Amino acid sequence: MSLTRKDVEKIAHLARLSITEQEMPVYVTSLSSIVDFVDELSRVQTGDVLPMAHPLDGQHQRLRADRVSESDQHEKYQANAPAVQAGLYVVPRVIE
Amino acid sequence: MLHTLSIGELGRSLDSGQISSVELTRHFLGRIERLNPALNALITLTAEQALATAAAADARRAAGERGPLLGIPLIHKDIFCTDGVRTSCGSRMLDNFVAPYDATVVARLKEAGAVMLGKANMDEFAMGSSNETSYYGPVKNPWDTTKVPGGSSGGSAAATAARLAPFATGTDTGGSIRQPAALTGVTGVKPTYGRVSRYGMIAFASSLDQAGVFAQSAADAAIVLQAMAGFDPRDSTSIDAPVPDYSATLNAPLAGLKIGLLREFFEGLEARNSALIHEALTIYRNLGAQTVEVSLPHLPLSVPTYYVVAPAECSSNLSRFDGVRFGYRCEKPKDLLDLYTRSRGEGFGAEVKRRIMTGTYVLSAGYFDAYYLKAQKVRRLITDDFRSAFGKVDLLIGPTTPTPAFAIGAKINDPVTMYLNDIYTIGANLAGLPGLSLPCGFVDGLPMGLQLIGPHFSEAKLLNAAHRFQESTDWHRRSPPGYER
Repeated sequence: MSLTRKDVEKIAHLARLSITEQEMPVYVTSLSSIVDFVDELSRVQTGDVLPMAHPLDGQHQRLRADRVSESDQHEKYQANAPAVQAGLYVVPRVIE
Repeated sequence: MLHTLSIGELGRSLDSGQISSVELTRHFLGRIERLNPALNALITLTAEQALATAAAADARRAAGERGPLLGIPLIHKDIFCTDGVRTSCGSRMLDNFVAPYDATVVARLKEAGAVMLGKANMDEFAMGSSNETSYYGPVKNPWDTTKVPGGSSGGSAAATAARLAPFATGTDTGGSIRQPAALTGVTGVKPTYGRVSRYGMIAFASSLDQAGVFAQSAADAAIVLQAMAGFDPRDSTSIDAPVPDYSATLNAPLAGLKIGLLREFFEGLEARNSALIHEALTIYRNLGAQTVEVSLPHLPLSVPTYYVVAPAECSSNLSRFDGVRFGYRCEKPKDLLDLYTRSRGEGFGAEVKRRIMTGTYVLSAGYFDAYYLKAQKVRRLITDDFRSAFGKVDLLIGPTTPTPAFAIGAKINDPVTMYLNDIYTIGANLAGLPGLSLPCGFVDGLPMGLQLIGPHFSEAKLLNAAHRFQESTDWHRRSPPGYER
């Protein structure tokens, strides 16, 4: 196993995912097999090859004029929210 | 037999008044009602809305408007936001999500007068190659309902193969249009990265995702792609370049076309599958094309490269699902952290969580250089291989998948084996290239796909090559047994 249970618990915490007791051993095994599989890349000679982040070369971030293009539709958007009060999203109390 | 007609034939029947869009829409809604329960290809039906859109299309035509998609029914993959209609992305996380706006793809097809019949099932958040990761259960392959239709656009592919609509939309991040198209015997097109807007298309891996089409033929796909493609200021990676007339060049002669046979795609390929590809090459040579063998030495590294890059981007994209603004929220969260972790833990399925964790790991401190940066470098090596190949040939050709459709349940518990199913399709995504899969024969009664890959923005050439092949063959006209009527 390239990953331990402790590793997976740490990754799950970073990803903000709760993982159940039953799921845990499955993830330790399958994530280890994926990490072993992608480790093949470590044997490739990449020297000074530039990392490629975008599939088309020469593209740059487009800019647009700073003017209002969208109307206020918060009620429509918030119709999908689990809990809303006075136009605000409601979450458990953060500050006591 | 309206469901066996091409989009062009349907358009002429509508123009001449032989049929109305309402009749056509009723015909396909009837097929969905009768045939979908065995397939699970559609997860949302919008019958009422479809009939209203069809009536509006009939009125537009009566007022003199014409258009190749005016009044033609379609099915959207449930990854595209549809204003006022549930957009689940195949996930419990979005089971209750009613999109507040239309994706650009949806808006453009709507404007063209196409009639949405419903939304297609898919692998959860487009992560899967078998359509088994959907919260709504697996899609069945109409050629054999014990087999998978491929994924992630499995519902769109199965629906097109079963003639539940003349065409369907899909998305392709690592093969999610071409692989299911191959496994269900339809024509699937993944355009160049940036050719079709990603606005309103729920993001999986933003440097790879691209929208495309499933159709009965390349000629039909050309009509649909024409309506979908083009610049969209709302997508920062959309390409501002003119869209050629894809239908105009379908019949262009192939004399002198140089087709490169991808050597790496034939290593270890089963003899019967290999034979089908070689028969296809004979057809191309008879059409005047030249075939040469080419090698892309880094191509076998596509799958491990993809399974670093795609999960990394997915872990970032899917961080927006936090149980606060939309989507699933767990019961009685005790604090904010509990709300985040349980909403995500309960709202996402097993494969999505696996990809998020893979991505989180390869991006985490101490591993970023070894995995993510390394994969980005190998991505460039693969892309450079393609570039040098296109210095010698016009198109690359090979199989779409290593095998025909496999049994439901056969690979779902072994992620790496499942991932290797996309071995032939992933390269095009990493390099941002357009690819097309078209039916080229059968193995054990199941369809196989021939894949064409071209340089950036060569969709017209791919459609032309596919169309000429389809004029010489009838594989694309075969219907799964039991779905002819």
